[in-house]
Amino acid sequence: MTAPILSVQHLERRYGARIGCTDVSFDLWPGEVLGIVGESGSGKSTLLSCLAGHQRPDAGTVTYDGRDVLAMAETERRRLARTEWAYVHQHARDGLRMGVSAGANVGERLMAVGQRHYGDIRAAAVDWLDRVEIAEDRVDDRPSAFSGGMQQRLQIARNLVTGPRLVFMDEPTGGLDVSVQARLLDLLRGLVRDMGLSVVIVTHDLAVVRLLADRLMVMKSGRVVEQGLTDQVLDDPQHAYTQLLVSSVLQV
Amino acid sequence: MSEYNFAYLDEQTKRMIRRAILKALAIPGYQVPFASREMPMPYGWGTGGVQLTAACLTPDDRLKVIDQGADDTTNAVSIRKFFQRTAGVTVTTATTDATLIQTRHRIPETPLTQGQILVYQVPIPEPLRFLEPRETETRKMHELEEYGLMHVKLYEDIARHGQIATSYAYPVKVEGRYVMDPSPIPKFDNPKLSDSPAIQLFGAGREQRIYALPPHTHVVSLDFDDHPFRATKADHACDLCGADASYLDEVVTDDAGGRMFVCSDTDFCTARVAAGHKGRLAAEAA
Ligand SMILES: Nc1ncnc2c1ncn2[C@@H]1O[C@H](COP(=O)(O)OP(=O)(O)O)[C@@H](O)[C@H]1O
Ligand SMILES: [Mg+2]
Repeated sequence: MTAPILSVQHLERRYGARIGCTDVSFDLWPGEVLGIVGESGSGKSTLLSCLAGHQRPDAGTVTYDGRDVLAMAETERRRLARTEWAYVHQHARDGLRMGVSAGANVGERLMAVGQRHYGDIRAAAVDWLDRVEIAEDRVDDRPSAFSGGMQQRLQIARNLVTGPRLVFMDEPTGGLDVSVQARLLDLLRGLVRDMGLSVVIVTHDLAVVRLLADRLMVMKSGRVVEQGLTDQVLDDPQHAYTQLLVSSVLQV
Repeated sequence: MSEYNFAYLDEQTKRMIRRAILKALAIPGYQVPFASREMPMPYGWGTGGVQLTAACLTPDDRLKVIDQGADDTTNAVSIRKFFQRTAGVTVTTATTDATLIQTRHRIPETPLTQGQILVYQVPIPEPLRFLEPRETETRKMHELEEYGLMHVKLYEDIARHGQIATSYAYPVKVEGRYVMDPSPIPKFDNPKLSDSPAIQLFGAGREQRIYALPPHTHVVSLDFDDHPFRATKADHACDLCGADASYLDEVVTDDAGGRMFVCSDTDFCTARVAAGHKGRLAAEAA
């Protein structure tokens, strides 16, 4: 029997008197993609940043691979963050170094974990650019010269180059044109499958979770109102709020 | 002069700076914050170095001040005069004679000895600054030894120029722990940082930081396995003294494209010429 790769119990984060998210519990199994949906302000980003250790929750536990993440020394958590974890930001600029080349962006994590052979680092960067469909001859260009979709693919390459096991994504397709979104989703689906990634993906776009997520968690006002298998939740929503979401009555 | 305290700074300020120096010596390569004082000269003139010198000087010291290797530039002359006036110390241009040397951009060619202090003027003390502007984040990176970014900079160098093009302020790792900016000395000087019998102090006035290398500290220049660090210099011998292993300045000598290479360390060059060494243009220049 396998154990969950990520286990979350009664997680809560408050901003003063306001609730960011509260009483969130779930298990993520190895190789599983969990989608978190809900309207704007429902606490999705707050939850994700607590899981990734960018914010400290006020209550609850987060267990990664049997280890208590919140009790971990910061050195250890930051080491995980650049090796076994990855975090894809909604805005590529937040996840990229805009001042250095695409190759350096991809190579940074390798150098951070101690790789010291330029030729190997560059070869890995070129290989990863290829995997996210960026031509080799762009390796020395800065991300500022890239389109939005390319920047997002570069951010993904930069995150996956060290072969992480657990990937957090916050609205990775948000703000992109519809056709660009479709291509990115295709790419993500392929990478998730090929690498056997465990993923927590936040989105307000039900088409994204329909395509990527095995399981869904629906959030409203900081709380989980419904969770289950993606098809089940989308085709037979139980909670009134989910029914509204699915029927697109809500402008999310 | 009587209206000044010895070496200009008041005793309390000097004590504060000495405490920072001791802390810096105890943690080689670590940047210690200090309350930098206004000095009667602009920041670009090395107020950090001047404050270190002021805190270290004793009446018996013999002071040498160099700028780019030369004792006679405006900057070097005015700092030297400043301490002659405010501390009445003996000054010298001879590296071997000096007990305290304040420098900008060079380490003397003549090996330093035990008991000497070398004070560097530092414009930007934080080696991670160029890629990470947030002070809170760079401090965290030092604390957690997250130095991957330094290699990102070297990677960019090679990607763009085919080799590590950084030739000044070349980053080093101190005793396998802190990454340090050695101030804008040429990378040719980097090997001299390591295992020196002298005390090396670094002062940044505007940025209010002091860091140090105690005697015989192990200092390594960062590099890649397939692009190892090289302490390069112009591929010439000095045209005045014939030295073939000293750092050279290229000097334009006429309008017709004439040029010569001379030691940037004027004291080193002068002493060699006085000892009878001759370079390619020794006769003409004499
Ligand atoms: N830094 C913050 N300070 C105060 N309140 C915040 C902060 N970040 C988020 N919130 C509040 O927490 C709630 C959840 O926000 P968020 O996690 O950003 O939702 P989502 O990502 O689902 O849009 C909202 O009410 C939001 O206003
Ligand atoms: Mg959000």
